[in-house]
Amino acid sequence: MTWFFETLGNYFQFPFVRYALIVGVLVALCSSLLGVTLVLKRFSFIGDGLSHVAFGAMAIASATKIAVSQLFNAIASWIPGAAGWIDSYEMVLTLVITILAAVLLLRPGQNRKIKGDAAVAMLSVGALALGYLILNLFPTSGNLSGDVCSTLFGSTSILTLTSSEVWISLILSVVVVVVFVLFYHKIFAVTFDENFAKATGIRADFYNLLVAVIVAVVIVLAMNLVGSLLISALVIFPALSAMRVFKSFKSVTIASAVISVASAIIGILISILVEKGTPVGSTIVAVDILVFIGFFIAGKIGGRRK
Amino acid sequence: MSQLICENLTLGYEGHAILQDLSFSVEPGDYLCIVGENGSGKTTLMRTILGLIPPMKGQVLTGDGLKQTEIGYLPQQTEVQRDFPASVFEVVLSGCQNRCGLRPFYRKEEKEIAAENIRILGLEGMEKRCYRELSGGQQQRVLLARALSATKKMLLLDEPVTGLDPKATAEMYRCIKELNEQGGITIVMITHDLSAALQYASHILHIGAHVFFGTKEEYLESSARVEFGKEGEES
Repeated sequence: MTWFFETLGNYFQFPFVRYALIVGVLVALCSSLLGVTLVLKRFSFIGDGLSHVAFGAMAIASATKIAVSQLFNAIASWIPGAAGWIDSYEMVLTLVITILAAVLLLRPGQNRKIKGDAAVAMLSVGALALGYLILNLFPTSGNLSGDVCSTLFGSTSILTLTSSEVWISLILSVVVVVVFVLFYHKIFAVTFDENFAKATGIRADFYNLLVAVIVAVVIVLAMNLVGSLLISALVIFPALSAMRVFKSFKSVTIASAVISVASAIIGILISILVEKGTPVGSTIVAVDILVFIGFFIAGKIGGRRK
Repeated sequence: MSQLICENLTLGYEGHAILQDLSFSVEPGDYLCIVGENGSGKTTLMRTILGLIPPMKGQVLTGDGLKQTEIGYLPQQTEVQRDFPASVFEVVLSGCQNRCGLRPFYRKEEKEIAAENIRILGLEGMEKRCYRELSGGQQQRVLLARALSATKKMLLLDEPVTGLDPKATAEMYRCIKELNEQGGITIVMITHDLSAALQYASHILHIGAHVFFGTKEEYLESSARVEFGKEGEES
């Protein structure tokens, strides 16, 4: 046991380990909040599609980074203290593009030519293909497959966060949590029964859009932790686990937040402490899966579900 | 003064009219049943009354201090709700949303309204039960309690007994009748069940090839009923 804490203590001297844990916990918290809504509204695929869009956006961002940073540095030399913010250029651009995609997918109006899941599928595979193409055409380092792997599975990016990225993650997480708490009852009403909500004067289309925008923010946040392919797991597993056992919307929401944060902490610690190191993202998702199996069995034994 | 007036409504989707030039009005305390064959536009009419879709022509007016968003709506159950983790109290309380406006949290009086409606519908002691674990009849009463939380004056019910067994059906009709007679709440109900309509309603709106609107007694003498009855026998 002393070995455990000593090793941990050693690692915590490094700021990047502390950053990883802070951002990891925040991302896990945010991603779990909307899980129930996404699962129940059959919106899971929108989260999945948006995460692929985020991959494409990340590719565009890294391809244009050098040109933009030259431009930025030329301007930023006039503004004191601005120089460091170019570090977060990739994250900000990815955020903007992903939010735009979310708005595009869920914009109100019945008369769209291409409907629902087909549009999501198009956008999602299209973004994947173009993203990979761009990364090949404008390679930013000698190790292309390493770059792609890290964007898709987030292998090391959580450990290489810059301090401006940590700040942006912090701010975005707080915004997500505050918005969720403020609109919690409205999101519940719209999730449970959209028609009833509309009939009683709730602007359901607006809240659907709000949910999609929050999901877009969560995805960009979570890319650093688990990579764009595994984000859906972070959103869906804690909610599904909680739904096996708990019976009210409130308790399910709180439980999935706790499950998600706990799994993230355990996952990050395992990947740090295991001798050769395991990839952070997949370790967290593996913990999530184990928790789900546990809750599934607990739900069966509790057995009051019909 | 009428609570609900529909004037020269033309209803339909995407430029295709299903129903033309429909006019009727609902007075406080009425029990109106809307009957008609499948595809005659009953649900479209209901969605138009609720403001979920705009009418192609004509207008829906509310009066007697009733706003369109203060009509209590009992929709047909959706797929999503069958597996929904929510307690009875959470569902009923969500009916109070239209009193909140942009305020993010419920006040004490709204929680009291929800508790009162749970009591009225005989669901006491089930507040913490999970919605998805209830029987069909109980679920329907929970949704009725939610509709009641959204209104003080008028309930709009869309086929409220679909999928219920005969006992739960009778219980549901009894609840609705009590709300109408003792609570003084106006009822507008879509139904397939003509015998129930004739048993409970004060007014009948029959839509389809022949449109009829009037009291139950007038309906019994009219020809529209004969046609509906015939078609019912054939099918």
